[in-house]
Amino acid sequence: MREFPIRRRILADKTFKIIIILLSFACILPMFFIIFFITSKGISAINWKFLTQLPKPVGETGGGILNAIIGTFILVIISILFSVPLGVFAGIFLSEYRKGRFVYFTRLSIEILQGIPSIVIGIIAYTWVVVPMGSFSALSGAVALGLMMLPVIVTATGETLKLIPDSLREASLALGVSYPRTIIKVILPAGLSGIVTGVLLSIARVAGETAPLLFTAFGSPFMNLNILKPVNSLPLMIFNYATSPYSEWHTLAWGASFVLVALVLGLNLLTKFLTRKWKVQF
Amino acid sequence: MADYSNADVLALKVDAKTVNQYKFVMSESSFRKILYLAAICVLILLVAIFFSLLLSSLPAIRHFGLGFLAGITWDPVKSEFGALPFLIGTLATSFLALILSLIFSLPISIFLGEYFRHGTASMFIKSMIELLAGIPSVIYGFCGLFLLTPVIRGLETKVGVSPYGVGIFTASLVLSIMIIPYSASIGREVISLVPSDLKEAALSLGATRFEVIRKVTLPYAYSGIFAGILLALGRALGETMAVTMVIGNSNFIPTNIFSPGNTLASVIANEFTEATGSLYLASLIELGLVLFIVTTIINVIGKIIIRRMGAGV
Repeated sequence: MREFPIRRRILADKTFKIIIILLSFACILPMFFIIFFITSKGISAINWKFLTQLPKPVGETGGGILNAIIGTFILVIISILFSVPLGVFAGIFLSEYRKGRFVYFTRLSIEILQGIPSIVIGIIAYTWVVVPMGSFSALSGAVALGLMMLPVIVTATGETLKLIPDSLREASLALGVSYPRTIIKVILPAGLSGIVTGVLLSIARVAGETAPLLFTAFGSPFMNLNILKPVNSLPLMIFNYATSPYSEWHTLAWGASFVLVALVLGLNLLTKFLTRKWKVQF
Repeated sequence: MADYSNADVLALKVDAKTVNQYKFVMSESSFRKILYLAAICVLILLVAIFFSLLLSSLPAIRHFGLGFLAGITWDPVKSEFGALPFLIGTLATSFLALILSLIFSLPISIFLGEYFRHGTASMFIKSMIELLAGIPSVIYGFCGLFLLTPVIRGLETKVGVSPYGVGIFTASLVLSIMIIPYSASIGREVISLVPSDLKEAALSLGATRFEVIRKVTLPYAYSGIFAGILLALGRALGETMAVTMVIGNSNFIPTNIFSPGNTLASVIANEFTEATGSLYLASLIELGLVLFIVTTIINVIGKIIIRRMGAGV
């Protein structure tokens, strides 16, 4: 190792630290830019009519995003119905069984599921639901979103339930409570906060997803409550309007972006708050 | 629901519910079977995803064979499909984005894993990174399209290439911001896992903090940082919406980093609903299959490295 004078070494040390701090804070800038532009452009588009009306054809001013908001809720609710039961049970499995080849493969396949690109999930929902049923539908979109939620819920459930001490389970079993009821009445309620935050996080993850909905939920300019028909969602609407050549639609897209970002970041903050206030502690 | 964090309350709760309240009493073995069933369902889902992709892309695989990946023309009108322009587009955007994001994610990992492990500054940076990860990709695309493309257009006029504004470079820039959180959070974790006796030993020999980071921390955490980069790469390869909106959607092999192109994901997003004819659709699904296989391999390698490191990611 070459010898450097101590002053130069100290200087290098200080410079390095300053560069690290500067670069770390610099990457916050795009975040601020995005939030600033979404807020400044979006908030002027938002009023009561914007939130309660349907979109209007090109050329007419005004129009709102009610159908997209309702559509997003429909999609999220159906996808929860798919993914939460399976996800929670698979999560219990991962916390109850921790060794063996089968468990290893289950965990691996959940990690792989989590890494599948969202557009591929869209193709899957297309071949599984849209092709057999013959039309784009809210149901197929919900299947796609459910597939994306599943790994998040499984991981959250598994990791939370692992934190619950064995003494709790042993106490329950010693009282003569059967194994299934110990899991459902003791272990699950004790880990409820972790599971709920996992579900909320997964909702935040899928609420902003566009790619899996492009050829499943497809989007529609009308209000639609039938889950077998195409339905609009906020991200889909933003994509369609943002890539259109009309400036009135761009304004609508900014407004919709503001609503979507507020929704997703609000969900993230709520999860953070919940984990802090209501965490699993023993 | 009531707060169940107290064990006593729980015990009472269980005690109070008498057995007769539940007419259906499940046996332990059948409950365990249900748990296994849920796990098997997850496995089946994954296998089914792979096979339905394979099955749906079979016409294209049969028609083009391996030449599909090397074909340079993508012409739906003549029913000629080759994936090379998109493979090149995907690799170019992802690697460029990876390099750009490293400039920020590595400092953040060191910042959070070494210099400021606790306290307000680290809390602030950490929550900002989490927010960055939480912003939907369509928003990144939208902002990129309206805020970044004018800037890039100006840059392109100065450099002297045709000023599209959209293209490989713009897409990489947007992508690089999107993948910072992934490599940064894993980098932070592995850097904070470096044993402190190693660092203290180096410090006691008279090394400065910078020398400790350069000679001890980074070499020790190297494979974990690499795994974080791999997982970020997996993210970048499959990212669809933001890229679709700013890459320019041209089905030719890009000639320089400013020229418009297409990635595997973006061409699927653009053309899937317009695909007429089974060969066209099958070719698009085969692109999806390629994407699935590549991201899966990258993710599995990344996870295995992380598990070897002992980090709980």
